[in-house]
Amino acid sequence: MLRFVLRRLALIVPTFFGVTLLAFALIHLIPGDPVENISGERGMDPARRARLLHQFGLDEPLPVQYARYIGHVLRGDLGQSLTTHDSVAREFATLFPATVELAFFALLFALVVGLPAGVLAAVKRNTVADYAVMGVSLTGYSMPIFWWALLLILFFSVQLGITPVSGRIAVQFDVPSVTGFMLIDTLLAGDLDAFRSALSHLVLPTIALGTIPLAVVSRMTRSAMLEVLREDFVRAARAKGLPRWRVIVVHALRNALIPVVTVVGLQIGLLLSGAILTETIFSWPGVGNWLIHGVQSRDYPVVQGGILLIAGIVIAVNLVVDMLYGVVNPRIRHA
Amino acid sequence: MIKRTNRRAVTFAVMALSALTAASVAAKGTLVYCSEGSPEGFQPQFFSTGTTFDAVSVPMFNRLVQFEIGTTNIVPALAESWTVAPDGKAYTFKLRKGVAFHSNANFKPTRDFDADDVLFSWNRMADESQPFHKLTAGQTFAYFDDMGMKNIVDRVEKIDDYTVRFVLKRPEAPFLADMAMDFASILSKEYFDTMMKKGTPNAADVYPIGTGPFQFVSYQKDATIRYKAFDKYWGGRPKIDNLIYSITRDATARYAKLKTGECQVMAFPKPADLDAMRSDPQLAIQRKEGLNIGYIAFNVEKKPFDDKRVRQALNHATNKDAILKAVYQGNGQAAKNPIPPILWGYNAAIHDYAYDPAKAKELLAQAGYPNGFDVDLWYLPVTRPYNPDGKRMAELIQADWAKVGVRAKLITYEWAEYRKRSKTGEQTVMMFGWSGDNGDPDNFFVPLLGCEAVKGGGNVSRWCNKPFEDLVIKAAQTPKQADRAKLYEQAQVIVHDEAPWIPIAHSVRFDALRKEVHGYTMDATAHHYFDKVELAAP
Repeated sequence: MLRFVLRRLALIVPTFFGVTLLAFALIHLIPGDPVENISGERGMDPARRARLLHQFGLDEPLPVQYARYIGHVLRGDLGQSLTTHDSVAREFATLFPATVELAFFALLFALVVGLPAGVLAAVKRNTVADYAVMGVSLTGYSMPIFWWALLLILFFSVQLGITPVSGRIAVQFDVPSVTGFMLIDTLLAGDLDAFRSALSHLVLPTIALGTIPLAVVSRMTRSAMLEVLREDFVRAARAKGLPRWRVIVVHALRNALIPVVTVVGLQIGLLLSGAILTETIFSWPGVGNWLIHGVQSRDYPVVQGGILLIAGIVIAVNLVVDMLYGVVNPRIRHA
Repeated sequence: MIKRTNRRAVTFAVMALSALTAASVAAKGTLVYCSEGSPEGFQPQFFSTGTTFDAVSVPMFNRLVQFEIGTTNIVPALAESWTVAPDGKAYTFKLRKGVAFHSNANFKPTRDFDADDVLFSWNRMADESQPFHKLTAGQTFAYFDDMGMKNIVDRVEKIDDYTVRFVLKRPEAPFLADMAMDFASILSKEYFDTMMKKGTPNAADVYPIGTGPFQFVSYQKDATIRYKAFDKYWGGRPKIDNLIYSITRDATARYAKLKTGECQVMAFPKPADLDAMRSDPQLAIQRKEGLNIGYIAFNVEKKPFDDKRVRQALNHATNKDAILKAVYQGNGQAAKNPIPPILWGYNAAIHDYAYDPAKAKELLAQAGYPNGFDVDLWYLPVTRPYNPDGKRMAELIQADWAKVGVRAKLITYEWAEYRKRSKTGEQTVMMFGWSGDNGDPDNFFVPLLGCEAVKGGGNVSRWCNKPFEDLVIKAAQTPKQADRAKLYEQAQVIVHDEAPWIPIAHSVRFDALRKEVHGYTMDATAHHYFDKVELAAP
């Protein structure tokens, strides 16, 4: 197990260079630069333009800029935003809990609804229930997030008026940020109305972001279950006369979960990228919203730093997921 | 549910309920504004975007002079009156007495606003040796630089505690309008000195202290900005108690929040939503003629546009009415001059080039292009305040020009790239536009058509005309507005005849609000002011 972890950790080095190089190259490939972004329709005296480029460190050849950037990153310095001039790491830390909160609930939603739906579809194979689950999940999977999100807002918030349109909490609540997680902060502040407001603000973004993972989880659970249900040990369990639910949940589902766990691990990356769209539409003050704005304003340090941090988190989560296999499935040994 | 809970929980629920009622009573004086983005920071001198001005300089700061809301007339603010030296090279401001600064947890002002604050605020931008000039690493005084203030103002002198004099390097009539702009906001010298003594000088740029109608309360990045009314505001305490900016980048979400009452005023409604908004009995739409111009610029350094007959020909060949209908959908007015008619100095007597393809063909033949020519037409890749749909406009122009034999190929680039290329003079014909900063005609003519602006790239037609240049320079150095207006009127005759552009349209701006909002007036320079707003009981 230790050797497995060490080997995986060693892989982080090339991944780090790959991610930083990719982020650096991509943002520099986008036309325009931060100085152009300042001037807009206004002309800019070439001398002043040169001075600003120098000040932002953008007047040097790209390889030099990249090397300097890596040097700073290795010393733990992700730089400053070119628009707010605040530290990238601090901005990320302020906004990341909002993204985690949203992604957590989206995943929870996907699992709580997706697992039973997948099991139901497998057990009732080729019935109306199966077709319904598969049809809905295929639709969900194919739905563009921004469109689905707007549809949710228009129906639940504008037509029915039962959910708020956007944001994390109603504006009348000014809850001090302790953990950055709104649900926890509102409870720490002892304000139940604020908690309820925060919870109601989570509903639509959770559904919008959780729909695709939900579809993936239910389809994966269904196919894994179908396979496991054909296995001898399931037949043996049935033959023993165990109750049907026990065979399905304890014998079949536990084994079917292995591929599902893998897929769920991969969803973390998808959740974070899906969060970019979801956050933009729901004005959710998380890192996705922040990254989009960074790209629009050519805020190089924000985009590079943000991508690097998110990539690091995705790698870490996947490592944990790989280690979890051993727990879920004793047959896999990381020797 | 309540039946099964114990007594304490019931008491708690009742308390929570009464807290909720109390909150909604207190919230009556709270206006929520759905703004379009986060401010870059809370310092009025560093930044140059409207979003930041709306969040910083507008609610929390004042200038020596200000624009009367809804117009570009300059009226007293922190200066009660001013005089201009006969040679136009010195402006003496008499300052208002009894103007209080805000306070916060780290700072309680011991004195009112005076001349020291004016000198401090100005020198912080102008004087590189001033200790606060380089306080925040990486920050520049962008707008101050953009407006070329270093070449205009020589120094600021304190005559006495309530009199300051700005000594200019040259006569510059637009100077007064410049002083009403956001970057000229007045900071508290005492605040910066106090924070310096406490060892946290940077905090003064993060937690703003101004003299404006609202005080800063808190900011949650990308989510909300909170302000409260400043009781001691010299212009009279605002009628609302609290002002909250609910940052909502998506225009559709802003509209939805306006409908559900999650905010009462929204920034920048989508033109496509206007009709639906008008038919909603809960909403009111305000409109304001924009301080802007959308235009097509010919690069006069390139053939065949070095010949003014060709430029005039294409002016005749372009059907502006059709563009206004199809692109602006009634939310714009046809342009015949570089400045909009709401600006003083507008030459109403100019006769626009009539849509006349036959005349256009004749002019092209005279210029030696009887069979027309091929040309690249650059069009805007994004929606801008002065042009809602660049592509559609380009298609219409392409069809118009085809009728006179000019075969336009439509080209565009990513927006930042588009601007970057335009500044190098790569374009032959391009679509562009401008939104005015300060309501002075100088702010259109000089940055867009002046000879200096060819170098900086703001003059995308790269047209540099001596008689025109002489007129606008003379106008800038002439003190009286009526005299200046005459010079600008003459300058417009030259622009019309020389035709470096096809002026297309001045667009109309809209704000959407809920019916319970009273006393809101749209501002001419596209800022959003809330100090005169009242909320009726819904």
